[in-house]
Amino acid sequence: MSNEGLTDIRRQVMWNRLLAVVEEQAQTLVRTAFSTSAREAGDISAGVFDPEGRMLAQAVTGTPGHVNSMARAVVHFLDVFPAREMRPGDAYITNDPWKGTGHLHDFTLVSPTFVDDRLVALFASTTHVVDIGGIGLSPDSRQVFHEGLYVPITPVMREGRVEEWLLNLVRHNVREPEQVEGDIYALIACNEIGSDRLRAMMAEYDLPVLDALGGHIIEASQRAMEAAIDALPQGRWRDEMRIDGYDSPIDLVATVTIGGGEILVDFDGSSPVSDRGINCPMCYTEAYTAFGVKCAVAPAIPNNAGSLAPIRVTAPENTIVNAPPPAAVVARSTIGHMLPDVVFGCLNQAVPGRVPAEGTSNLWNVKLGAGHGMTGLSDGSATPFMVTSFHSGGAGARPAQDGLSATPFPSGVRNVPIEITEAITPLVIWRKDLRTDSGGPGRERGGLGQVMEISSREAAPFGIFASFERVHHPARGRDGGAPGANGRVRLASGTELRHKGFQTIPAGDRLIVEMPGGGGIGEAGTRDTARVAADVRAGLVTRDAAERDYGVVLDDRLEVDEDGTATARSD
Amino acid sequence: MSPAPRMAVDIGGTFTDLVLETADGDVSLKVPTTPDAPEVAVLEGVGRLLGEAAVAPGAVALVIHGTTLATNALIERKGARTALITTEGFRDSVEIAYEHRFEQYDLYMERPPPLVPRELRLTVPERRAADGEVLLPLDEQAVRDLLPVLQAENIEAVAICFLHSYVDDAHEVRCAEILAQAMPDLAITRSAEVCPEIREYERMSTAIANAYVQPLMAGYLGRLEAGLAAMGLAAPLLMMMSSGGVTTVETARALPIRLVESGPAGGVILARDVAAENGAARALSFDMGGTTAKLTLIDDYRPQHSRSFEVARAYRFLKGSGLPLRIPVIDMVEIGAGGGSIARIDALRRITVGPDSAGADPGPAAYGQGGEAPTVTDADVALGRIDPENFAGGHIALDADAAAGAISRDVAEPLSLPLETAAAGIAEIVDETMANAARVHAVEHGKDVGGRVLIAFGGAAPLHAARLAEKLGIERIVVPAGAGVGSAYGFLRAPIGYEVVRTRLARLAAFDAAMVNDLFAEMQAEAEAVVRLGAPDAPLEALRIAFMRYRGQGHEITVELPERDYGAGDRELLHELFEARYRDLFGRVIPKLEVEILTWTLSLATRRDEIQAAPPTPSIAAPPPSGSRMLFDPLAEAAVEATIHDRTALAPGMRLAGPAVIVEEQTTTVVPAGFAATINSLAQIVIEREGQAA
Repeated sequence: MSNEGLTDIRRQVMWNRLLAVVEEQAQTLVRTAFSTSAREAGDISAGVFDPEGRMLAQAVTGTPGHVNSMARAVVHFLDVFPAREMRPGDAYITNDPWKGTGHLHDFTLVSPTFVDDRLVALFASTTHVVDIGGIGLSPDSRQVFHEGLYVPITPVMREGRVEEWLLNLVRHNVREPEQVEGDIYALIACNEIGSDRLRAMMAEYDLPVLDALGGHIIEASQRAMEAAIDALPQGRWRDEMRIDGYDSPIDLVATVTIGGGEILVDFDGSSPVSDRGINCPMCYTEAYTAFGVKCAVAPAIPNNAGSLAPIRVTAPENTIVNAPPPAAVVARSTIGHMLPDVVFGCLNQAVPGRVPAEGTSNLWNVKLGAGHGMTGLSDGSATPFMVTSFHSGGAGARPAQDGLSATPFPSGVRNVPIEITEAITPLVIWRKDLRTDSGGPGRERGGLGQVMEISSREAAPFGIFASFERVHHPARGRDGGAPGANGRVRLASGTELRHKGFQTIPAGDRLIVEMPGGGGIGEAGTRDTARVAADVRAGLVTRDAAERDYGVVLDDRLEVDEDGTATARSD
Repeated sequence: MSPAPRMAVDIGGTFTDLVLETADGDVSLKVPTTPDAPEVAVLEGVGRLLGEAAVAPGAVALVIHGTTLATNALIERKGARTALITTEGFRDSVEIAYEHRFEQYDLYMERPPPLVPRELRLTVPERRAADGEVLLPLDEQAVRDLLPVLQAENIEAVAICFLHSYVDDAHEVRCAEILAQAMPDLAITRSAEVCPEIREYERMSTAIANAYVQPLMAGYLGRLEAGLAAMGLAAPLLMMMSSGGVTTVETARALPIRLVESGPAGGVILARDVAAENGAARALSFDMGGTTAKLTLIDDYRPQHSRSFEVARAYRFLKGSGLPLRIPVIDMVEIGAGGGSIARIDALRRITVGPDSAGADPGPAAYGQGGEAPTVTDADVALGRIDPENFAGGHIALDADAAAGAISRDVAEPLSLPLETAAAGIAEIVDETMANAARVHAVEHGKDVGGRVLIAFGGAAPLHAARLAEKLGIERIVVPAGAGVGSAYGFLRAPIGYEVVRTRLARLAAFDAAMVNDLFAEMQAEAEAVVRLGAPDAPLEALRIAFMRYRGQGHEITVELPERDYGAGDRELLHELFEARYRDLFGRVIPKLEVEILTWTLSLATRRDEIQAAPPTPSIAAPPPSGSRMLFDPLAEAAVEATIHDRTALAPGMRLAGPAVIVEEQTTTVVPAGFAATINSLAQIVIEREGQAA
């Protein structure tokens, strides 16, 4: 009998267990969280780290922006509070955009796990709180100081005792004190669950420390990642993409270098920092860049310090992808969500036929509110409210599949039911359906955007905190595919709204949000005619667009007119 | 007077199981399922079973039936041609779903397509606000204008789902009336009837699924009833539901979606009784078959219930890859881990098992039916747990060399491991996968799996139960008699019951006792009307649950409420009950926050007799083993010699020390070294760690 073989298998079993432990941690957070982004949208992250701050395992529940930036955050905590100063029952917290996950709305909480007075691991978790003070949810801010309360890395619990002064400070600086406090408790609770489960596992396997297991996880993951990278063509590729920005367009430029078991992504050439809140701290740039690389190169390898190590991300300081303090960063996802598209633009040259076309990419979250100082004064004539509803336009076409309609990528959030939004606000959503002809034409069609129409039941105005992209610069197709439709924000009465910034919907008017479509892949004229006809019958593509964009002529029964199509396609 | 015979019939994917319970004992039978006309196998089985037991058809007092017909129609997309009628502006709610990628890293992920294609998702102008106010009256002419479309498209079933219909369903009712008048044969499902609950996507999905299976189920039930009557079997027919209760054929016709996964629910009912017979207040039901394993938490002899369920998960059993249903269900975690689950090596040179399965055809490599891939069953053969000569009562001869060859080629050689180590690795990984799923499932409900009693049934469960128990910190395992037809046995023990739900958002600070009393009275009346159809006189018991949360949270927790009228003073009681439950689930409560109630349910069921614990039985000597074979022990990391026992030769009071295997027709129970098995007075095998056995 090979003892070594069984040791291997036991290590593998413990690795699987560690993944289950962090999944338990994440589920606890989702189930106890208050902010809609965490509880409905799953905008959270949970993971376990070794005493040096290297991530060993991370829950699959969560979004990439949190996932990969939190991976680096624990080291910052250890710099401020070295492991030797930590005690059982301690917990440390921050919302530092540059040391956490990119903006003040995200709290990251780190808790040490002790076995026999020895620190064996750290649990970290991140959640997006509903409010952090400041001017609110639109990127009108000019400095991070406009964006709300800034909590440096600070103990929030000492030996099991909550630091009440800190919670009191937080409560007095946010618009929804109970919810934000509740979310901090949710972070504490989920790390406690993780710690308990880890201690149980270590007792069961009689492990005094995690060193050997952690070393194995990191080493095996890094080897596998390097092997996946070595299997790619080696070389250097460049791509650039122009997006709307706040009031002037922004260029995102990436150079991908593959070689020596590493993928280096450098953003030199990208636009300088903005004087509005769309800047991206480096940690968030790293997070989404690494996510894009991983999806395309090695989706099945678990996320940890080993699998992330061979992906290196660099950017010159003072660019929009590496904005230092005090740059305003509240809507950093404007940039971060776009980065996988640029990475894919490079990879598509290196390994054609693997990555999707550009998509809407940045979420089209509908952030609405009313209340004192925003839409009027608190004279009792209108119900004050604040709500974020998570929505998405179309995703890019895939090499052999149409793009997903009204689906986020790269973010991994979920929407909030219309009936729930209407139950907690005076709003009525009159329409939420797919936007015909918005998918970029191609052999594989881009995903469709969606249309929402919203009004208030009260004779009162309400406001929109707009932060939308792809209004002037659409998601481009690849390999001959056409771009998706541009997004559009307007009032039913006719006024066009700006894509960024706070604006008011007058009493009695309706807000109409038309979300962009994803880009297509391949020449539209080569799309299977039966698929075009099916799209027309389903109302995803109009008969006119079928003829104009795809060269497919349909008869009145919406069957393909073969002769007409042959003529149209030969032109 | 001896009780009249009762029969249970469970249609599964491969076999239809029948059990006849008579005063002289039970008779059971397995016949192959006839998928195109399931009643054929049922009627044939009923005839054979009655013949074998020499019971006249007219003497049968009751038939309880469960079927996978609805589940299979949803998985295979073989339901009725169905249309949706919804509020203008919302035809795509079922396609847009949660706007979610359930698999983050997979660029090629697809969501399951809706059961109703976009061209058959029709809309009419109408609108209600969240508080029930009519913002736009129903445009009745617009409904009439849809009739020619429904006729031209040969629509058999329609689901009607309007926004906020859970508050007031008048528009849905009126729309249904117009349709029914013009098209009397149309099967119509109203969302507020199937699922009067907030959250439009889930409600619409549930209504559509109900409509989609309704004509199929109605046709089947009609043919079955006629067939049974023609045999002279006049007993009432009751249907098993996913909630673990049974109901009348009439209810099953109206709400067939409540029958989804009723077979596995029957298994849990059996496990619940076995737990009671063994005094196990905290138990874990473990049902492992060829394709999946299902685990259910049982506390205080009550299986965990839920109102959300996902059917037809199409992507590695991942949450989000199926169709959501809001129906009362016994809450199970289902994992792609069964005897047929396929083992392979991943990019990190790790062994992975499942979730894909070789199923029954081609089956594991050992079946010799063309299956090439190594499976869990192949590993069990290589480890000596399954006797290749004696599998399935000797009906299927297993090829041990084929099992060894597949494992060597796909697992042992690539990892440079000896065959037995590789096979042990496959078993370890599948056991760990199940253990992890059980743990995560438990934490989602604020519970722990350690210290429970494991109730193992289904063909593969008794092979894996001991190792799973060790991983979960479980000291005691019970393998019931007749484990192979466990679900059908469970049917005979299920109460007649029905669950009703209402969404009424209520802030606890403004607790309105009169409103709540009226609500429960209305729900009680609705549930009683259904239950009384099947149980005219039996005493009933009700369970009231409130779905509560802190104001601002998005997930509710279930809080059991006392069954009585409430007064103003009960606000504090509800608050205390909520906090107690919250603390159980999450370890701490949050001071100062307001509490609200979103949804209320009432389940009403016939009261069941208290289950008697198995009486103690004197120890008697076990017969000599029928043989021995080498059994690989993962803890000792070596093959050890294990005794072989025939389960039919074991009588109550006998005790065997591990390592041993107990062989029966449908399964094999492994008793590892360090454990001992006792046969209790109900002929159940009770496995305990040595030194702890009674």
